[in-house]
Amino acid sequence: MLKIDPNNYASLRQHGEETYPHECCGVLLGQMDEHGTRTVTSLARAGNTRTDSAHNRYNIDPKELIRIQREGRERGEDIIGFYHSHPDHPAQWSQTDFAEAHWFSCSYVITSVQKGKAVLTNSFELTGTDEIDKMLVIETLQVV
Amino acid sequence: MPKIQIPTPLRQYTGKQPAVDVTAATIGEALSDLVARHPDLRRHLYTDEGKLRAFVNVYLNDEDVRYLQKEATAVADGDSISIVPSIAGGRN
Repeated sequence: MLKIDPNNYASLRQHGEETYPHECCGVLLGQMDEHGTRTVTSLARAGNTRTDSAHNRYNIDPKELIRIQREGRERGEDIIGFYHSHPDHPAQWSQTDFAEAHWFSCSYVITSVQKGKAVLTNSFELTGTDEIDKMLVIETLQVV
Repeated sequence: MPKIQIPTPLRQYTGKQPAVDVTAATIGEALSDLVARHPDLRRHLYTDEGKLRAFVNVYLNDEDVRYLQKEATAVADGDSISIVPSIAGGRN
């Protein structure tokens, strides 16, 4: 399960509207409890390095991720997931999303942005332990 | 001693430690020391052929070691080595 407050939820959806018709991307920071529930306490917008194909691809520069991780660590936050948008496409993971997912036990949040407006937002947990048994499984996204 | 920052998904293999001090003079030695201390990490970092997995990025402070001397890159006390699995995707 992923818990997120209304402000951060609105913010990640809005990010996708701002970058439309390109994909947005960012990092979810917070904590995971002993039951596996992840709670978002802050977001970090990230740049999409896939300027060659930003309408259907995203990539976060690892250097930027290191900075985000370090700043999060200073606040007592861990990286617990990532978000990106699908312009004029469902809020469902694609084969590309799946192939490029490697942060096990983290949440991958996808927002469908239709004609510039955020519609549906879904969250998927990357389960498993390696490239053989990994799965992206839809999880409860609780806005509280 | 250089310190290796461990990403969230790999901390289950380091006893939940978010960072591990290693004894090393190079990146290669640092990673070797890391997997010697925590053997379960090996298959998540390396292929069966012993190569670093393509989606595993290794940074020395703020530099990608691919653009330095790769595993021969020298490290020193106080250096921060980060293991960063790739973050990418797309709608189709």
